[in-house]
Amino acid sequence: MNDQAQLLPGTLDLLILKAVSLGPLHGYGVLLRIGQISGSALLIEQGALYPALFRLVRQGLLTSDWGTSENNRRAKFYELTPEGRARLQEETEGWNRLAVAMTSVLAARPEEL
Amino acid sequence: MNLSGYFRSLANKFFHRSAVADDLDEELRSHIEHRADDLERGGMSRAESVRQARIEFGARERFKEESFAALGGNVLDTLWRDVRFALRVLRKSRGFAFAAIVTLALAIGANAVVYGVMDALILRPLHVPQPESLWGLENGNGSGWQSYPNYRDFRERNHTFDDLAAIRMEFAGLDTGNDPAQATGWAASGNYFDELQIQPFLGRFFHSQDEKGPNSAPYLVLSYAYWHTRFQDDRQIVGRTILVNKHPFTIIGVAPQKFRGTLAFIAPDFFIPIIEDVDGENILNTRSINNREVFEILGHLKPGVTPAQATADLNSTGAYLEKTYPKEVEHKNYTLGRPGLFVFSRPAQAFVGGLMLLAGLILLAACANLGSLFAAHAADRSREVALRLALGSSRQRILRQLLTEAVVISLAGGALGLAASVVLLRKLAEWQPWTGAPIRLPISPDAKLYGVALALALVSGFLFGIVPVRQVLRANPYEIVKAGPSGQFGRRLTVRDVLLVIQIAICALLVTSSLVAIRGLERGLHSNFGFEPRNTMLAGTNLAMAGYRPDTWTAMQRRMIDATQSIRGVGRVALVNNYAPLIYAAGNTENVFKDETRDLSQSHVASMTFRYEVSPGYFDAAGTSLLAGRDFTWHDDKDAPPVAVVNREFARRIFGSVSNAVGRYYRMQDGTHVQVVGVVEDGKYMSLTENQNAAMFLSFLRYPSGYSQVLVRSGRDPQQLASAMRNKIRELDAGLPADIETWNQFLEVVNFPARVATMALGVLGLMGAILSITGIFGMAAYSVSKRLKELGIRVALGAQRREVLGPALGRSVKLLAAGSAAGLVLGVLASRVLASIVYQATPRDPLVLAGVVAAMLFLGLLATWIPAQRALTVNPLVLLRED
Repeated sequence: MNDQAQLLPGTLDLLILKAVSLGPLHGYGVLLRIGQISGSALLIEQGALYPALFRLVRQGLLTSDWGTSENNRRAKFYELTPEGRARLQEETEGWNRLAVAMTSVLAARPEEL
Repeated sequence: MNLSGYFRSLANKFFHRSAVADDLDEELRSHIEHRADDLERGGMSRAESVRQARIEFGARERFKEESFAALGGNVLDTLWRDVRFALRVLRKSRGFAFAAIVTLALAIGANAVVYGVMDALILRPLHVPQPESLWGLENGNGSGWQSYPNYRDFRERNHTFDDLAAIRMEFAGLDTGNDPAQATGWAASGNYFDELQIQPFLGRFFHSQDEKGPNSAPYLVLSYAYWHTRFQDDRQIVGRTILVNKHPFTIIGVAPQKFRGTLAFIAPDFFIPIIEDVDGENILNTRSINNREVFEILGHLKPGVTPAQATADLNSTGAYLEKTYPKEVEHKNYTLGRPGLFVFSRPAQAFVGGLMLLAGLILLAACANLGSLFAAHAADRSREVALRLALGSSRQRILRQLLTEAVVISLAGGALGLAASVVLLRKLAEWQPWTGAPIRLPISPDAKLYGVALALALVSGFLFGIVPVRQVLRANPYEIVKAGPSGQFGRRLTVRDVLLVIQIAICALLVTSSLVAIRGLERGLHSNFGFEPRNTMLAGTNLAMAGYRPDTWTAMQRRMIDATQSIRGVGRVALVNNYAPLIYAAGNTENVFKDETRDLSQSHVASMTFRYEVSPGYFDAAGTSLLAGRDFTWHDDKDAPPVAVVNREFARRIFGSVSNAVGRYYRMQDGTHVQVVGVVEDGKYMSLTENQNAAMFLSFLRYPSGYSQVLVRSGRDPQQLASAMRNKIRELDAGLPADIETWNQFLEVVNFPARVATMALGVLGLMGAILSITGIFGMAAYSVSKRLKELGIRVALGAQRREVLGPALGRSVKLLAAGSAAGLVLGVLASRVLASIVYQATPRDPLVLAGVVAAMLFLGLLATWIPAQRALTVNPLVLLRED
């Protein structure tokens, strides 16, 4: 399973926020969405999703509501709050800065020094 | 962060815990079903796909816990689980739980009771507006007594008080027509209620402007409690006429319910203006050193005035009065006191403070005890603790669990103790220590008491719960599981040992002091008071209250003496004005001067003496032996030259010796030249613990008094005699109430502080003893159980009983001996304090010392009996096979 990357600590929250920002999702749907947009490259332990979801609700970044899923089953749907959207924006920028920095560091060659 | 969302989820979690749990369950179930749906679509059977989905999901319980934790505020949850676990553990070791709860209930109950009394007497301010600026005047000689003219001068001359009010006590008969009954009231200055800023519950109060000279304001205010019990809340009572000692008064109002006068321990039934004279004593114009009728002067300080300034102001008035009236006023330094307890505040504070200290020590001892018990309990569970540690439980978690157990026990004990103390305090509030005296303690268990009990319970729970902490922290699960909880034991002096010694010392201290008190009390009852209280009956009558005119008093009193004398089986009968010695601590005192003194100012006083006015035959009837000279005769009346009988101390002070005294003269404050005709033995007059005082006896024929006691010496059954006496008095005047009791019954009042002290010490001593027994027992039982294996080996090798008991119990016995010795020494030291309350309390009494040693031995025997039996019946075969 070398094609699946381990999540960096702290990135799960960002992934969830991003997934939910594309439209309300239930818990399993969040997993599917992340799998779908990452091309199944990111591995998330299924149960570990829920403490993260609850934490985001507690922080007021997500709201939740019961509804009916595409499978015609009862499911709890999560949606981004305005605070959540702001946080996603912030974290995305932070992540991008970090990624650019990391990439340039890793691409450094002796002659550039 | 979104705060409202945070709190909502927190609140949801607390208040709808099961709803949140259901919600979470359903969400996880929904997740698994969605996954199973997907797997099913991939071709699996439904059952297989659900199984697969579950496996993929991972440790469901763990994620549930983590989700809960993620919701925040996890404390209550864990706490609840800890409490449930603690209850399970305690249910398993019921003996332990029972012993611990009862111990704590005793200790916390004792503290709550003492606190309740302290709150009532000392901590709680009077129920009047601005109690913090209200002060009472104390004379330098430790009382508040003043003459009324002095009060007027203090009131007019001082610049530091708003105003000064005065009260005196009035014991009077109240009668609304056909229901005469004795009641206790306060005669108060007209400004009393206004100075206290109190509003009436019904009607009105009397005021300064009502005072227009002697007997100008026959108004009476009822206390709420008296109005409630005697007049059944009858609102029509206002405006009605009531007879106070046969004088008509108008009931003008009822005081509010919470107002019980300005003394903490006496609740008056009624208030009348102080200018009203209902018992033939005109106090308004008598400025006399001997007749100080005002009980207390009190008032609010002006804003911004400090107590020190007020004291200086009062003392300058005192100095002025002494200079202006040298014969009538003696100035000693005035001080300010809180009016509630007044001059009793220091003794009351000392007594209650002492009790609080002892109760605190008891609680500490109980905590020490429970700490040991807990440590033993924790040691016995060390295998369980070790297992939990080995399975990954954190030490913090285990400690929290142990502390929870301790707090559960302490709360249960505290609740039990509090319930018992509330019952006891309610009883105390209704308690009247003796009939005829209006003592009522203002005790009412309130929220403060509950708070104190709760705090005590929690603090003691943490105190004894903390004891086994080190033990747990040091525990090495690997060693314990492998080797069993033996370890080394009893090598060096541990904290537990020190606690036990302290506790035994406290117990021995209490046992010593209560034995000293009991012996002192017992000896006090059989010592010489200068009279013989046994076989003596006293009949008190108040002719003023019954409406007799002063000039008829003596004749009526002589008729009462003669009538009583005619009862069969009666010895000598005599009479004393007011009260006989040692009754209600009510003695009259007078300053006397040597014959040659011409200037009768207070600075030339030769001696302060007690003064009694008695009939002929008094010394015979009282059992006071005449040392020299003669008794009074019926000829020592107003027309004869004034004569006196004095006690030995008087003779010594004024004349140098008994033989010198008879026939000599001295002077009284009013200048009367008195000849001594007899000398009697010394006695006790005010209290049993007083120093020897001088006393003089004058002929009652010269000094008529409405209130007197007829003294009867008789071996007859007191009840029969009392009814015979009552009949005789009724024959003389059916409307004259008589208060008949034996002298010994009256002595109970004087002995009251000693009795209370002895009782309190006894109860606390008993509690201390119980605690010591459980403490020693716990120690001995623990030490035996820890060394059972070793003892078994000794027995197997042929050890004798002594050789088994030595190692098993030696340590406990040594601790017991050390603690007892320390306690005995402390008790002997503490007895000095006790001697001021209990007459003849001395630890230098072989019986006391033997009693303490015997008691402690008995305690030790009782506490070590069961462990000793267990050590002796050890069966090496069974024991060694077990491991």
